[in-house]
Amino acid sequence: MSEQGTGSGGAPEERVPAMQRLLDNPFLLLFMGVASPAALYLLWGVMELSQIPIAQ
Amino acid sequence: MAVDTQAPSRGFSGASYRTCPETGLKVCSQAEALIKVNAVVAVVFLAVGGFFGLLVALTRWPAVHLLPADWFYLLLTAHGADVLLFWIIFFEVAVLYFASAIILNCRLAAPKWAWLAFVLMVVGAVVANVAVLQGESSVMFTSYVPMQAAPHFYLGLIVFAVGALIAVFVFFGTLVIAKEEGSYEGSVPLVTFGAITAAIIAVFTIASGAIILIPTFLWSVGYISHIDPLMYKVIWWGMGHSSQQINVSAQVAIWYAVAAMLLGAKPLSEKVSRMAFLMYILFLQLASAHHLLVEPGVSSEWKIFNTSYALYLAVLGSMIHGMSIPGAMEAAQRRAGFNNGMFEWLRKAPWGNPAFSGVALSIVIFGFLGGITGVIMGTEQLNLIMHNTLYVPGHFHATVVGGTTLAFMAITYLVVPLIFRKEIMFKKIAQWQPYVFGAGISGVSLFMMGAGTLGVSRRHWDIGFSDAAMSFDYPATAFLMMGLNGISAILASLGGLMFVLVVVCSVFFGKARTPESIAASPTLPSTGTAETVTTYGSEKHPKLPGTVVLVTVFFVAFVLYYYVNWKYLSEVWPLS
Ligand code: HEM
Ligand SMILES: [Cu+2]
Repeated sequence: MSEQGTGSGGAPEERVPAMQRLLDNPFLLLFMGVASPAALYLLWGVMELSQIPIAQ
Repeated sequence: MAVDTQAPSRGFSGASYRTCPETGLKVCSQAEALIKVNAVVAVVFLAVGGFFGLLVALTRWPAVHLLPADWFYLLLTAHGADVLLFWIIFFEVAVLYFASAIILNCRLAAPKWAWLAFVLMVVGAVVANVAVLQGESSVMFTSYVPMQAAPHFYLGLIVFAVGALIAVFVFFGTLVIAKEEGSYEGSVPLVTFGAITAAIIAVFTIASGAIILIPTFLWSVGYISHIDPLMYKVIWWGMGHSSQQINVSAQVAIWYAVAAMLLGAKPLSEKVSRMAFLMYILFLQLASAHHLLVEPGVSSEWKIFNTSYALYLAVLGSMIHGMSIPGAMEAAQRRAGFNNGMFEWLRKAPWGNPAFSGVALSIVIFGFLGGITGVIMGTEQLNLIMHNTLYVPGHFHATVVGGTTLAFMAITYLVVPLIFRKEIMFKKIAQWQPYVFGAGISGVSLFMMGAGTLGVSRRHWDIGFSDAAMSFDYPATAFLMMGLNGISAILASLGGLMFVLVVVCSVFFGKARTPESIAASPTLPSTGTAETVTTYGSEKHPKLPGTVVLVTVFFVAFVLYYYVNWKYLSEVWPLS
């Protein structure tokens, strides 16, 4: 953001791009970083294991 | 305290600060104290665990075969836990506090909780060590069920993890404080962003650990009758693998930090580097599935999606960092006037400064030895030719030792003068240390991979099979590899010892930094470089011919080695 503050006329409430807003929000990132492996690795994996038939 | 240029002042929230005479940064005294204790304890575990590693390597050297079998497995367990968990994570906590409170120029959130975290981590690590050394918990680092350790082994790990989780939340809390108190504008600096990545992965890591270790503890005391081995493996690796990704993120953040502090290197593009970290956040942890590539019970879809399609996006992230950091160094050096030819910028880099040489070697060893082999092993088909062989420890000694440990050692050479405010003692030893350690551990890595390619299995006390019912002979080259591995282990241990010697002596017996000694030998080339670490901003108009050549070399090596391994596979398993 250092480029932004230099111009004296720049409106302070200039729209921040969506991607940058995502990257600036650690808690949203935290949610995504936990949800992604929880769903794709853990849940999917555990679902497959639970479908293995029990030996008689 | 005598060297303070300003007496500690009190901030509006009651925290006390000093102003760093070398960087001009405001340093929260609680953050500083916590960085010190976590770093010191980390180094203690590195010393202990590294020594165990030497004993293990000497046992695997057939001509020496140092330890009896039970001690081999006991110390192998202790080695894994002490270095991979305790050394690395204590140091990472120090990195998190540094990347939040120090880099963002604010106070540390909830210092009392941070101290509690530290105490829990120490207690947990000591209890787990006691359990292993008592001999009833030689279950290896992975502690696969149905092997059972003593209850206090699991309990120690759980207490340690609770402490680490608290530390991670202190870090997140500090980010909130920095934002509220306006200690930075706009986006956090890139090094802090790397630390955020590490902290996010840590939350998933510790959650997975809790999901599996708490039931396993209950099983060890008899409250639960059965833990499914495959379920254990899937969830355990959610922790075991992801924790390596905390290391990668922290280590990359340190690469950026040291490049910025020593050379004034600015990221080539803040956006691209942050996107690369985002790839880590989203995809790196999925690679946990590569530990289950030969497991029945999970589908090929699950394996291949997690270890290939998704993971390659994260590998892309690593390659972006791997190009962008040398590129940033090149751009900064050229800005400083080292503009002749292709590689003057590299030749004239501060190779005599262990902080720089450590980082440079860390990048090379991690990329060439660790990264390429990791992608090979993570390919489902290729994995079959080295699964559970010594190739695996060969690979991860390149990543987690040559990469992460060496990067942590490198930044320690800046932490001692800046945070402990002590002169580095034995400067010559310090100067040589990264080279000795880097050469030794590269040998350990290469020779273990060599032996693994010949089929030698990991975690095996006697490759001569002397008391086995059926005899088996490895090729003579395998024995040679194990001998060379032993010699490299001695060299690496020497490098480790040099590090411990320099750091412990400097911290406890070193001369305090004074304004005169700071003026005579500044830690950073100019105070401006501290600003590079603590602010957002990309390099303008970089020219990078040298980096382009280096990156091309890397890709050629990568592609060749990839195809060599497919060729290998085709010979192991002829289809015609
Ligand atoms: C002086 C330096 C070191 C030497 C000589 C060394 C050597 C070894 C050897 C020979 C093995 C046994 C391989 C096998 O038989 O399967 C091993 C295992 C291992 N090492 Fe190291 N190592 C060193 C430092 C480190 C460091 C700094 C780390 C972590 C940051 C590390 C992490 C591990 C892990 C996780 C294992 C696997 C334990 C297991 O299989 O349960 N090592 N090391
Ligand atoms: Cu892994």
